[in-house]
Amino acid sequence: MTILELIQVILFFALLIGLTPILGNFLYKVFIARKHFLYPALGWLERLTYKAGGINPDEESNWRTYAFGLLLFNFIGFLFLFVMQLLQSHLPLNPAHVRDVSWHSAFNTAVSFMTNTNWQGYSGETTMSYLVQMIGLTVQNFVSAATGIAVLLALIRGLTRKTTEQLGNFWVDLTRSTIYVLLPLAILFSIVLTGQGVIQNFHSYQTVQTLTGKTQEIPMGPAASQIAIKQLGTNGGGFFNANSAHPFENPTPFSNFLEMFAILLIPASLTFTYGKMTGSVRHGWTIFTAMFILLLAGLCVSLYAEYHGNPIFGNHALMEGKETRFGITNSILWSTSTTAASNGSVNAMHDSLSPLAGMVAMVNLMLGEVIFGGVGAGLYGMVIFIILTVFIAGLMVGRTPEYLGKKIEAFEVQMTLIAILLPSIVILVFTAWASVSAPGLASLNNNGPHGFSEILYAFGSAAGNNGSAFAGLNANTVFYNLALGTAMLIGRFGVILPVMAVAGSLARKKSTPVSSGTFRTDNWLFIALLIGIILIVGGLTFFPALALGPIIEHLLLMNGITF
Amino acid sequence: MSSKKNISLFNKKILIQALKESFYKINPLQLIKNPVIFIVAIGAMLTTVIVLTGLLHGNYSSFNLQIAIWLWFTVLFANFSEAVAEGRGKAQADSLRKNRTQTQARKRQGNKEVLVYATDLKKGDVVYCTAGDIIPSDGEVIEGIASVDESAITGESAPVIRESGGDRSAVTGGTKVISDSILIRITSEPGDTFIDRMIALVESAKRQKTPNEIALSILLSGLSIVFLLAVVTLPAFFGYNLNASGQPSSQNLSLPVLIALLVCLIPTTIGGLLSAIGISGMDRLLQRNVIATSGRAIEAAGDVDVLLLDKTGTITLGNRMATDFIPAEGISIEELADAAQLSSLSDETPEGRSIVVLAKEKFNLRGRDVHQLNALFIPFTAQTRMSGVDIGSGQDSIHQIRKGSADAIRSFVQNNNGFYPQKVQDVVADISRQGGTPLVVAADNKVLGVICLKDIVKGGIKQRFAELRKMGIRTIMITGDNSLTAAAIAAEAGVDDFMAEAKPEDKLRRIREEQANGHLVGMIGDGTNDAPALAQADIGIAMNTGTQAAREAGNMVDLDSNPTKLIEVVEVGKQLLMTRGALTTFSIANDVAKYFAIIPAIAIVLYAGKNGAGPLSLLNVMNLGSPQSAILSAVIFNAVIIVLLIPLALKGVQYRPVSATSALTRNLLIYGLGGIIAPFFGIKIIDLLINLVS
Repeated sequence: MTILELIQVILFFALLIGLTPILGNFLYKVFIARKHFLYPALGWLERLTYKAGGINPDEESNWRTYAFGLLLFNFIGFLFLFVMQLLQSHLPLNPAHVRDVSWHSAFNTAVSFMTNTNWQGYSGETTMSYLVQMIGLTVQNFVSAATGIAVLLALIRGLTRKTTEQLGNFWVDLTRSTIYVLLPLAILFSIVLTGQGVIQNFHSYQTVQTLTGKTQEIPMGPAASQIAIKQLGTNGGGFFNANSAHPFENPTPFSNFLEMFAILLIPASLTFTYGKMTGSVRHGWTIFTAMFILLLAGLCVSLYAEYHGNPIFGNHALMEGKETRFGITNSILWSTSTTAASNGSVNAMHDSLSPLAGMVAMVNLMLGEVIFGGVGAGLYGMVIFIILTVFIAGLMVGRTPEYLGKKIEAFEVQMTLIAILLPSIVILVFTAWASVSAPGLASLNNNGPHGFSEILYAFGSAAGNNGSAFAGLNANTVFYNLALGTAMLIGRFGVILPVMAVAGSLARKKSTPVSSGTFRTDNWLFIALLIGIILIVGGLTFFPALALGPIIEHLLLMNGITF
Repeated sequence: MSSKKNISLFNKKILIQALKESFYKINPLQLIKNPVIFIVAIGAMLTTVIVLTGLLHGNYSSFNLQIAIWLWFTVLFANFSEAVAEGRGKAQADSLRKNRTQTQARKRQGNKEVLVYATDLKKGDVVYCTAGDIIPSDGEVIEGIASVDESAITGESAPVIRESGGDRSAVTGGTKVISDSILIRITSEPGDTFIDRMIALVESAKRQKTPNEIALSILLSGLSIVFLLAVVTLPAFFGYNLNASGQPSSQNLSLPVLIALLVCLIPTTIGGLLSAIGISGMDRLLQRNVIATSGRAIEAAGDVDVLLLDKTGTITLGNRMATDFIPAEGISIEELADAAQLSSLSDETPEGRSIVVLAKEKFNLRGRDVHQLNALFIPFTAQTRMSGVDIGSGQDSIHQIRKGSADAIRSFVQNNNGFYPQKVQDVVADISRQGGTPLVVAADNKVLGVICLKDIVKGGIKQRFAELRKMGIRTIMITGDNSLTAAAIAAEAGVDDFMAEAKPEDKLRRIREEQANGHLVGMIGDGTNDAPALAQADIGIAMNTGTQAAREAGNMVDLDSNPTKLIEVVEVGKQLLMTRGALTTFSIANDVAKYFAIIPAIAIVLYAGKNGAGPLSLLNVMNLGSPQSAILSAVIFNAVIIVLLIPLALKGVQYRPVSATSALTRNLLIYGLGGIIAPFFGIKIIDLLINLVS
């Protein structure tokens, strides 16, 4: 690692810490409907949306109605995307004349983009028409991120309101976060990206003569607009198959830096917004710090594993499979961020990571994407872990555990456990199934523990709604399309529904004022506790699987055996 | 607290009974109430079946047998912990109801009296009790007055007065009438007296889980499901790797090994001790002579963050005491003390006696014979608002010494053509401002000075309140005094707030206000007019001397009728919750070491080199002897730790009145960090022993 790379990493994190309160504060204003500088410019669009949808923005609903609206909206989005893929050859904007997508791949992709996973069993340039990419996938990139924010807002209202059923209006939350946050940021970002050389056109694919005299077909398309939101909305589904390792998606070191940064920007800022909305900016920073420490720890382990070499290559960095334009540090910073933040875009193939760096990525997925995590989703997932921490450790101060003044009782514990259990069950059970069944094993390109890691990673990525792939696994089969699709659904709604139920239950409660007998959730002790609980609960669940995958592979590699 | 009720942790009788009970409790219907231990029992059963079928086919596995035995021990140890706690609780409760079982009662039927067994009495029955009778059940005196010996339940030998009407009408079953006779209306159904309810709370079969226990059980079940999945999916992962390393699938993990892993991972420690912790919490209340009517109450006690405390009896000693003599100008302090003592010699009020005591302490003035002095005692009347003595014989030589309120003495002196000095008036105002009561002393037409009477704040109470404040509990003093006096005492005692000139309805209103702001309120009371407030409070402790209405309204009864008990009850509640949290943390933290024992042991065959040890044996950081001994050590540790922690579960974790953050730091270091480290040593030691024996 060079000094220059080190400076870049430091700059990256300094910028993240610096922008968190600025964007966080803006989000706060947007969400509590206070006047902000975009309101005069875009307020008409918000009002128009309500008028067109027949929505009364002042009407609030209980958690069931809120969740029902959310499910309905997502289901319609899914249907729309699913059908559009099946019929794309009959629809306009298809200059490459790609064929209709198979039903199982269409199901997988529709679920994938609706759930903010953006797992891609297909390769973009040979499968999807421009129309599907723009109106289907990109739209879901926006609204799936906005859905995550909406759930978070309902949860915050549950925590801060007292003895009420009302958790807000799903449609308002969805509209505001799309219009004032995601759209302006994405437009700004796509303009910058276009300036860096990311393509944005409707040309048909170009056939060119290469230097060696062969002909090559070069895909084109409206890439920049999709890439901007794919990074910002923690979606990650690339326009092209190679994702951000493709020069048309990620042409320069500067675009690489910005795209990496965009992954963490909104999830990090939301911690500040959360603190401000719950009345304790300090608590927001506490959560930020816990996430930041976990991210940094993962980054250090990965960098160590990558630079430390192995008996086969000697003391050289592992460049195989990495994009030479960016080098190891940028590949690892990206791989750590993208798996931590439930983004899933890549600029290097994770299959080529050293076993330990691969494990860090897997752990990030398995912990439920709570290290900054998906837009909204990362934070409400973290709150689930906070509730668990508060319950286990809170008893030790001699009071019924409470979080932000709300008592944590049987119902909250039950819902919290469901939210933690369901994704874990999905990962373990599907991985076990795939690793012993013929259709599961048939897709493997590698054997030994590395092959096992590929399966484990795929289900981790799906259940965590990450979407990145370890690659090396042919996932575009009926088995994997359906299994991974199911994993994504459970990983998304198996968390959202319990979180909504918790929000509803908390909103009904009274709030206990803070005193010196209160379990503090805004100090270093709490940070240590939270990290401890996340690692122990997550670790204990997946330690056997990890031991038989990346850990054993690493140990074998040290003995000079590879797969 | 009466010390006779402290039962040793190693009481032989209880332990032997508990040993028997541990076997009875293997009954599946009982086990299913504890999901974690139920899973262990199923595992033990399966392993036993495997061992037995193995024997039938002629292949005996000593390893499987040992696993089976230790799994059964795990179940037994968990049962044992519950049985010990139950035994101790029952022993406490039995001492309370000892007298009652065979009691016969004189039940009134019309004008006749019939003898019935106490256990046949119903709510509403009227019984007659006279000197020597044991009161058959909880009730209320509806006619008469009697002295009652309540030592059977309170341990206090001095008899107490019970009379119809007023605030001292409740009687408790099992106590004894020692003089006079009373008519009692029974107020509880058979089997539903306070003591019966208390006994139900310490018997696991009848015990209802408390809200926090339910939440914790859900957590433990959830964790068990997680680990069940981690273990159930393991053979698939393992099989994949066996296949990949070209090893036969017959080397896959055996069922006993998987069961051993599962049992080690699920939270058996807290699962096994959970009900013991709950029962012993009730038991600790009983030791303090407090009867709770629900398990929920004791948990709420830990959550209480506002305490309403009556001034009299809780904060102050109860009566005003003389603390100072302040002479008027030209009068020596001895002169004043002498007169004050004389005027109080025959005054039997606590105030009067305290003046005599003060005079003796400060000026060594001894008691004098009133007759010798030819003194005539003038008692206090509402008209004169003074008391005192007339000394001397003969019309002229009579001295009139008087003490009383400032106004009364002023008119007394002025009637005798005396002069009432302004300086004395200033002293009087001063004392009033500081919360004291001034008594002015005069002899004939001369004002001698002022006696200062004060509420004496109990020793150590200020310290206690400071501790409560550290724990985040606010104290509010309730008093009928005017706000000036109340403020002074509140400042001296160090309470956070006070309510002066408080009427019972003010208490109720205050409780509602505090609750509306999210606080949980605890209070203690005795009178019938306290009943609404007791019912409204989250923790309402009724004094045993109080009325039946008060006892029904509260959720605890303090047999000692000691108002400071409220603070102890809060501490018991907090300690109970802390113990649960600490052992849960310990239990989960233990799993880290168990993984490091078992995973390398079971995965040693994978990709094994020439020495027979695969790469994962590197994770064997404890350097355990063999795969078998490693698994066995983890299982044994898992079982033995339950027994080792029984004393902690029964006594509760050490409790200190400190802030939440320091309590958490301390408990985390001991039970969190300790929970991670301890099993590494424990398992290593057991492994060494196993390898030494074999």
